[in-house]
Amino acid sequence: MEPTILAEITGNIATVGYGLAAIGPGIGIGIVAGKTVEAMARQPELAGRLQVTMFLGIAFTELLAFIGVAVFFIFV
Amino acid sequence: MFAPEPLTEFPHCRLCASAQKQEIALLYNAAYLLIPMESEGEFHAPGIGEFLGLPALFFADTPFEINRIILVRLLAIALMLFLFWFALRKPTRVPGRNQSIAELALGFVQVQIADQILGKDLGRRYLPLLAGLFFGILAMNITGVVPFLNISGTSIIAMPLVLGLVAYVVFIYAGIKALGPGKFFKNSLFPAGVPWPIYILLAPIEFINIFIVRPLSLALRLLLNMMVGHLLLVLCFSATNFFFFTAGGWAGLFGVGTLAFGFIFTFVEFAVYILQAYIFTLLTAVYVQQAVAEEH
Repeated sequence: MEPTILAEITGNIATVGYGLAAIGPGIGIGIVAGKTVEAMARQPELAGRLQVTMFLGIAFTELLAFIGVAVFFIFV
Repeated sequence: MFAPEPLTEFPHCRLCASAQKQEIALLYNAAYLLIPMESEGEFHAPGIGEFLGLPALFFADTPFEINRIILVRLLAIALMLFLFWFALRKPTRVPGRNQSIAELALGFVQVQIADQILGKDLGRRYLPLLAGLFFGILAMNITGVVPFLNISGTSIIAMPLVLGLVAYVVFIYAGIKALGPGKFFKNSLFPAGVPWPIYILLAPIEFINIFIVRPLSLALRLLLNMMVGHLLLVLCFSATNFFFFTAGGWAGLFGVGTLAFGFIFTFVEFAVYILQAYIFTLLTAVYVQQAVAEEH
């Protein structure tokens, strides 16, 4: 007997994978930026140095999200 | 309109390509038959073909083959060199307008990156390298939003990899020069202040982190930022084109939305290009600083 297909999904599962890969860095960048704002509010005179550190933190965190993008191109 | 992408051969699998070629060709034909042909009304999402397998423009089939991205790189670097030469060709003690703009730009690298991370002495020594990295990357990135060029020179892996290699060589050289090879590798692999059995675990991790992940992550961060930015812009504008001209009718309303998004993303990308040049240079400075530190 022929199986009856009621619904089917086409497309690439990698899109879901990237969605999952973006959760962690998203939370991470939020924490980094939020804590920097907090620290700058406490000590506005350190704002410059804090911003540099924030960008460093964001650079490391966001790399994970970008590896998620790279995986799509490498394995698909 | 359905058309299969041309079968691109990547150089690294040229050996195995001949054996697989027929099989792939068969699969392509099979897929081609299964999917019904549509002459109109299908949207093509941008893919990796934006970056790889571009047609050659000059010197085809030689090692010096120039395609669009390489031409953009050459143009960007030539323009950057010309601008700096033009601004600083006759330096005077009281700077004119052009000279003060160039000095402002170089001052940014000196104050915000070199002095802040490396301190006065080291910062002075590594300033030429950092400024070169910053403005080189900036010039090649910024072409992504320049009309008619529309692609970043750093959006295929070769350029970021070379830049990452430069940073890699520089921070190892800086460490060896400041501390001597023995002390540099000891400091890097066996950081002080942990009980010795931990080193069995820590030394390999530090080795992977410092000598493998660092240059690769520099290169990948730059590459993927540029690539994703370009894909987003292409997606927005090709969707606009599709909604306006192919879909027609009420779908044109979506086209207005995607056009607005594309416009906004152009400015976002502009900010990202500057930020990525800054972050690359900043991280290089941080790595140099960590390499020359007595203990960290």
